[in-house]
Amino acid sequence: MLNSIESWLEFMQDDRDELWQLTIEHALLVVEATLAAVVVAVLLGIVVQTRPTARNIALSITSVFLTIPSLALFTLFIPLLGIGRNPVLVALFMYALLPILRNTVTGLDSVDPAVEESAKGMGMTATRRLFQVKLPLAWPVIVAGIRVATLLTTGIAAIGTLVSGGGLGDAIKDGFNRLGLPNSYEPIWAGVVLVVVLALVFDLLLALTTKLLSPSVIAGIAEAPDRLLAGRKQTSFEQEPSNV
Amino acid sequence: MSDPSTAGPEIGPDGREVPGEGTDWSVDEAEAMIRLEGVSKTYPGTSEPAVEELTLDVPEGEVLVLVGPSGCGKSTTLRLINRMIEPTGGRIFFDGRDVTKVDPDELRRHIGYVIQQIGLFPHRTIADNVAVVPRMLGWDKDKTKARVDELLDMVGLDPSVFRDRYPKELSGGQAQRIGVARALGADPPVLLMDEPFGAIDPITRDRLQNEFLRVQDELRKTIVFVTHDIDEAIKMGDRIAILRQRSVIAQYDTPRRILALPIDDFVQDFIGSGAALKGLNFERVSDLKLSDFPTVRYDAGHRRSSEVLTASGQDWLLVLDNQERPVRWVNRDDMDRSDKPLTDVGQTVRVTVEPNATLHDTLEAMLSSSTGCAIVADDHGRYQGVVEIEVLTEAIARMRAEAQAHYEQMGLATQQAPSIDPDPMASVDGAR
Repeated sequence: MLNSIESWLEFMQDDRDELWQLTIEHALLVVEATLAAVVVAVLLGIVVQTRPTARNIALSITSVFLTIPSLALFTLFIPLLGIGRNPVLVALFMYALLPILRNTVTGLDSVDPAVEESAKGMGMTATRRLFQVKLPLAWPVIVAGIRVATLLTTGIAAIGTLVSGGGLGDAIKDGFNRLGLPNSYEPIWAGVVLVVVLALVFDLLLALTTKLLSPSVIAGIAEAPDRLLAGRKQTSFEQEPSNV
Repeated sequence: MSDPSTAGPEIGPDGREVPGEGTDWSVDEAEAMIRLEGVSKTYPGTSEPAVEELTLDVPEGEVLVLVGPSGCGKSTTLRLINRMIEPTGGRIFFDGRDVTKVDPDELRRHIGYVIQQIGLFPHRTIADNVAVVPRMLGWDKDKTKARVDELLDMVGLDPSVFRDRYPKELSGGQAQRIGVARALGADPPVLLMDEPFGAIDPITRDRLQNEFLRVQDELRKTIVFVTHDIDEAIKMGDRIAILRQRSVIAQYDTPRRILALPIDDFVQDFIGSGAALKGLNFERVSDLKLSDFPTVRYDAGHRRSSEVLTASGQDWLLVLDNQERPVRWVNRDDMDRSDKPLTDVGQTVRVTVEPNATLHDTLEAMLSSSTGCAIVADDHGRYQGVVEIEVLTEAIARMRAEAQAHYEQMGLATQQAPSIDPDPMASVDGAR
């Protein structure tokens, strides 16, 4: 046992450049796919949250995505996108949608109706209500969804090696192909450990994001344009002459 | 006022005219700050309108309370004014200007809005919450900050303590104070309040109401206040609109006149028992003619006192001290039974009322006095006279007669006075 750990560490040491390369590839696949999913799922969530039919349809479709076996999903896009990173990105994007969409909708649902009512009653436009009130309050829930999506895609991205997508799956497949031969388990373990470490790093970063970007900070950022314009704005209501 | 031939009320099955639909309750004065003209709201998919052809004036600088049973449409009516609910018919005027079609967000920035659930932004500090509207209106930083501190002071919360706190650190009463401060943020001329104190415990509610009235006394905002609690309506309103189903006005008037003369059974039932008693809050001792009462100075001696008592034909004598302050009630038995000075016999005067006391307080004093009358003393405590129960019943009858005359002038017939006063002399017929 001690022997195999030693030989694994040796392998890690010898192949560190290549492993680092694979880790970066892996991380980029996850980051790109998840970022795209954040943009799409959050926008979609905002649009469908108040529309029951659209909301059910969107949640059902993204749930279906998540149930498609990953092996199939990665290969289904080859006719369209060829092999390489692209089919991997698309598949990861599709997997990441549901957790983010669901949490966006749930987060927006959780905003107290009285808060929305008072925001509207004070004359905040729909855009202002969204960016200064609803999104900041839903933000912690949305980030929780992003964390789940990131963990999910970090694991699944390893399958991308089957369509030549690169990433740590390459190391695992390399070991798998040589099973039975000496040193076949070392790359498999290297791939597994690095995927787990990568997932932990992502999770840590996102946890930090939640801490630093609290709802009040987000709302403050959303309010920045108002602060910049302070003292310079004149509203149309006041300009209009009263006909009394 | 309304011309009975055109806007007059219908005749009901009992031969009485039915107030309500078709009654013109509009205030004649030109200074209506808010005016609803035939405003209706019918929700899609329903045939019954929630608000039907409502015409309502809110005079500038006054508190108008909309009150009625649940489901009468009073909240809907309030929300039609700032167009949280878009009317399906009619027009809304704001300071003489038709705002039925202006940008509702822009309109709402000039109308303060307070709701029962308060709805403070949980992720913003108290100062940020209060500054929402000023910031939207583009006020500069210093002006906004000064305004926030001013408002926190006004609602009785120390700015240095509360400015940077978050709403979850506040009690219910404090939170609603902030709710009011926030609504006043950019000094809007109009405030809409939807059961603002409804979810607050009775003791705090009473304090908030009093503080609110004090602030309103200074600010003189035009306020529309919704409640289902008639007592709150009487306390807060300069005028009250009692609404029946579909937000039809059953009676629109000052609390004093509504209490003096509930115009029909609906209003009568809604006010419930004790209308006359509540009405006593609107009349003051200084409006009454005080009765004389036999008095003696504390050093008058028993013999002289007996003579005064005999001459007056009363049962009790009021003893005054050397500064004419009432100190004791003495009757004949007290004097016969003992030789002690007048200041040591009889009963202590426990309660006196000042001339600006309400008749309600006066009645209270009357009930706690052994002689059945309330002593009136000026602000130095000097004896002025007494109020007897007959004077109160006369006052009630007079208020009712005044209200009756007012409604007759408006062209509205009213039901006969409710039978709370058996004295036929006090009936409204006397006023005709």
